Order: sequence, then structure tokens, then C-alpha cells
Amino acid sequence: METLAFQGVVGLSLAMYLWLVSAGLTIIFGVLGVINFAHGSLFMVGAYLAFTFYGLLGWNFWLAILLSLVGTAMVGWVMERFFLRYLYGVEEAYQLLLTFGFVLILDDAVKMIWGGVFRIPAIPEFLEGHWPVFGRPFPVYNAFIIAAGILVGIILWLGFEGTWWGRTVRATASDREMANAIGVNVPRVFSGVFMVGAMLAALGGALGIPVRVVSPGLGAAMIIQAFVITVIGGLGSLKGAFVGSLIVGILSAYGTLLFPVFELALIYMVMAVVLLFRPQGLFGR
Amino acid sequence: MALGLLLLALLFLPLVGGQYAQYLAIQVMILSLFALGFNILFGYTGLLSFGQAGFYAVGAYGCAKLLLLKPSLLFGVLGGSLLAGAAALVLGILCIRHTRIYFSMLTLAFGMMIYSIALKWRDFTGGDDGLVGVPRAPLEIPGLVSLPMTTMGRYYYFVLAITLIAVALAYRLVHSPLGLTFRGIRDSEGRMAFTGVPVRTYRLIAFVIAGLYAGLAGALLPPLENTVTPPVAHWTTSADPVLATLLGGIHAFAGPIVGAFLLFMLKDIIVRFTEYWLIWLGIIVVVLVMGFRGGVVSLVTRKWLGPHREGEQP
Repeated sequence: METLAFQGVVGLSLAMYLWLVSAGLTIIFGVLGVINFAHGSLFMVGAYLAFTFYGLLGWNFWLAILLSLVGTAMVGWVMERFFLRYLYGVEEAYQLLLTFGFVLILDDAVKMIWGGVFRIPAIPEFLEGHWPVFGRPFPVYNAFIIAAGILVGIILWLGFEGTWWGRTVRATASDREMANAIGVNVPRVFSGVFMVGAMLAALGGALGIPVRVVSPGLGAAMIIQAFVITVIGGLGSLKGAFVGSLIVGILSAYGTLLFPVFELALIYMVMAVVLLFRPQGLFGR
Repeated sequence: MALGLLLLALLFLPLVGGQYAQYLAIQVMILSLFALGFNILFGYTGLLSFGQAGFYAVGAYGCAKLLLLKPSLLFGVLGGSLLAGAAALVLGILCIRHTRIYFSMLTLAFGMMIYSIALKWRDFTGGDDGLVGVPRAPLEIPGLVSLPMTTMGRYYYFVLAITLIAVALAYRLVHSPLGLTFRGIRDSEGRMAFTGVPVRTYRLIAFVIAGLYAGLAGALLPPLENTVTPPVAHWTTSADPVLATLLGGIHAFAGPIVGAFLLFMLKDIIVRFTEYWLIWLGIIVVVLVMGFRGGVVSLVTRKWLGPHREGEQP
């Protein structure tokens, strides 16, 4: 019983990485109407950048995360401003294909620049140690991840609901032309939203640096899980992304414990059931 | 004329080219079939699938399993293809509940589900090591023929025959009322529904056909390599037909075939200069999507035959 409860908390921290990625994916879709295939790759870029600043150069943990966010946002900006922007008018299949091209480019670029296998850098001192949870030692760092994920959720919610910026973005999402007519600079909103989405993915990648191994295949693994999450939760819904992440994160934690062979198949089965009974996702419209 | 020359070249290739040329030609034909099926789904029906490697793998693993059970080439190849078609039917029922972006995401996820099964279900698929020692079984039709397939040349002719039949069938199919229905669904789903066409059923049919072709392509692989490993199911394998089709052109019947050939040529050239060939492939995809959405075939037809031919292309 205690093992089960403990595994649930482990799943919760796993869910937070997934939440950060799928939040970015779903926000970009909600506003731009584009599914960014390369979103997992942005997670990976964020992880590699943070690894370079924190693990290789030994800079301050917070500074490393900040720089990784800025760097990944720049990559996102280039993708949106110079490529995606010219494809809003054509069939969405081409937008998918374009971001798919970026998956190939970023995966190989990461291999070219960083290559090889990595050691995991040490956890920053103030986040080291363990707390007893259900009679077992639970790493403080995992608790920090859970807190960070929830904090990001609250900030996003407040940002969208309470600020002028949030209202502008929501107006653009619900009617591009109308927003344009009342003086919203729509292309700038699109760039901004894409960069925020990229930063969320990068944050997920960067936070995982002291506990997860970074490798070039990371991007693809993340994007597939993020897809499953958004299908379960409903595309374009932040609440859906959060609940979907919890479901997938906790299920895979239990899956590794109870059915190690079919851990992944379990998640797909949940997705198939949701599709059959609620094709638009749990919180989709 | 050009078609005749191509056929002649393909027929005499084993006499001129060595083992490696035959091996490459078989690979190009396999990818052609794979991409042709993909394009029935994408170019003709308007559904972009990123999970075709799943069915390719079902075909490959199915064929390998069957050949290990009973060494008869046609039994393995057709059996593998049919198994892939069955898998496409089951997963298709789930996937075609959505179209457009959702459909692409679902196919990718289910494709990777098949990958995870290939990797993790050790007892059946051999896990990481895959299935080894798959025989290149003789072509046996009871009471008719019994041809050993030991040389590469023999197998080349077998693959060539299967490819020609499958391409001819696909050509008939896209020019039949069924093909027209697919195109109608692609161009205007609502109007097709109004004329009484059960749109979803036809989408499922297109999905199963694409699955059958992917399975057939995959089933031709194990007798060639004598082994199957999980990477055949990985999403990077799903990228191959997407790239071939994009390169050749989605709105031309021959697009995927031309693209399959070009893709192998490009791979061959790029790997001579750098081990990072995916980045170049990615750049090619970006350039194609930004500037040449018709692919190579439409560029050529427009240049040589004038722009009026454009409208005739499906």
C-alpha cells in the first residue's frame, strides 16, 4: 500500500515535465492553430543549453535555467518568424511537415554540437537531500519539480485570466481578424505565444538536468507523450493538458512498477478508451 | 515511352549491375510501395499519417514469423501484408474518428505503440535483437512452381514482379470510382457527405489500403535482410514515405515512386560527405514545404509539358 502511494508521488514529479511540454504545445495550438511537432525538440534544446551552462560551465543553477529559456525562445522565434509565418494560409498538413523538418534538423544539430554521452551534473546544494514520504526517502528535488510545475500552472492561469496580455492573447485566439481590427498586432502576438510555448518546453528540459539523462532521442520521446496527453486532455485546453499529464505521469509510474513489459501500451490503451468514448478529449470542446 | 525504357532498365539491371545495385534497387522498390500506399492516404484522401512504420513493421514481423513457421515466400509476404491490413483496420477505427492535425498525432502515437510492443514483447518479437535467421524461402505455389530464391538476382525479380503488380493495382484504384471518392473527400468532405457517401467508411478503406501497402513493403524486407529489428517500427521509418512523397510530389501518381528513388540517391550522396544526413534531409523538407509544395514531378511536368497539364494531374 505504501509502495503504491509512494509510486504515485514519483509519478506526480514525472507528470510535471510532461505538463510543461504539453502546456506549451496546447497554448501554441490554441492561439496559432498549429501543432508544433518540434516541441519535444525544443524541450531537448532547453535541456542541452541548461546542461551546458550548469553542468559544463558550472554557472549558477537559476542563471543556467534563465539562459536556457532565453536561448530556446530565440530558436522558437526563428521558427515562427521566418518559416511558420509564411504558412498560415496553406493547408495545415504543410505546417505539420515544416515543424517535422525542424525535428530532423534540431535532432541532428544537437548531435553535431554536443555529441556523445553525458554524465548527470550534481543537484544544486539547496535542493539536495531527502524527505520521508510514506516511510521512504523522497528526493527534495522531486518535490521542487512538483512545486515548480504547479507554480507555472498558477502563473499561466493568472496570466491568461487576469492580465491585459492574457486578454489580448485570448481575443486573438478566438478571432484573429476581429483582434486585428481592434488594433492587436496579431503577428507579434503569434511570435510571442510561440516563444512562451518554447520557453515552457525549455523549462521542462532544463529542470530535468540534474536527474534525467539528456540524449538526442529525448525530443521524439517527449513529443509522443505530449501528443498522447493532449489527445486525452483535449487539444487547446490547459486544464486538459494538466489533467492529461497527471494521468500519463502517474500511470507510467505505476506501469513500470506493476507491468514493466507493457508500461507504454497501458498509456496507449487509456488513450484509445478516451478516443472511443470522448473523441474530443476530457476537456476539449 | 519513358515508362517502357524504365521497365527495360529494371528488367536488365541484374545482368548489368552487381549485388549492391540489385540490393539498392530492391530497397527503392520497397520504399516506392511504402510511399505509394502512404500517398493514397495523404495525397488522395487528405490524411497525413506519421505512423505508417507501425504497419510496415507488422508486415515485416508478420512475414518473418510466418516464414519461420512455413518457408514459403508468397505465404509469408502476402500473409504479412494481410496482417498489416488487419492491424490498420483495428487502429484505423480509432484514428479516423479524427481528421487533420488530430489524425496525424494519433497515427504517430499508435505507430510508436507498435514500436514499443516490438521492443518490449521479448518472447514474441525477440526484443532488441529482433527475429533472426529468417529464410529467403523458395517461391512455392503447389502444383505450379517451386523456385529457389537463394541468389539476389532471383529475389530481385520476385520483388520487381510484386512491385509492378502492386503499382498497377494502385493505378487502377486511384483512377476508379473509389479513387475519385477519396479525392472528393479530400477536396470537400461536406459535399461528399451530402451526396450520401459514408465519408468515415471511405476514410477507413483508404487507411486499410495504405496499411496493406505498408505491410507488403515491410514483408519484402525480412527475406532480403534475413532479420527484422525494432527500428523498422520507429517513427523515423514513418518519415521515409513522408519524405519520399514530399520530394516526388503528392499530387502525381508517380510522385512517391520518383521520390523514393531520389531519396535513396540523396542519402547516398549526403552520407559520403557527412554522417549527419538527417539535418540535410530536414533542410530539404523545409525548403520543399516553403517553396516547392508540388514536388519534383510537378516541377518537371510544368516545365516540359506546359502549365495546362497541371489541372489534369490528380
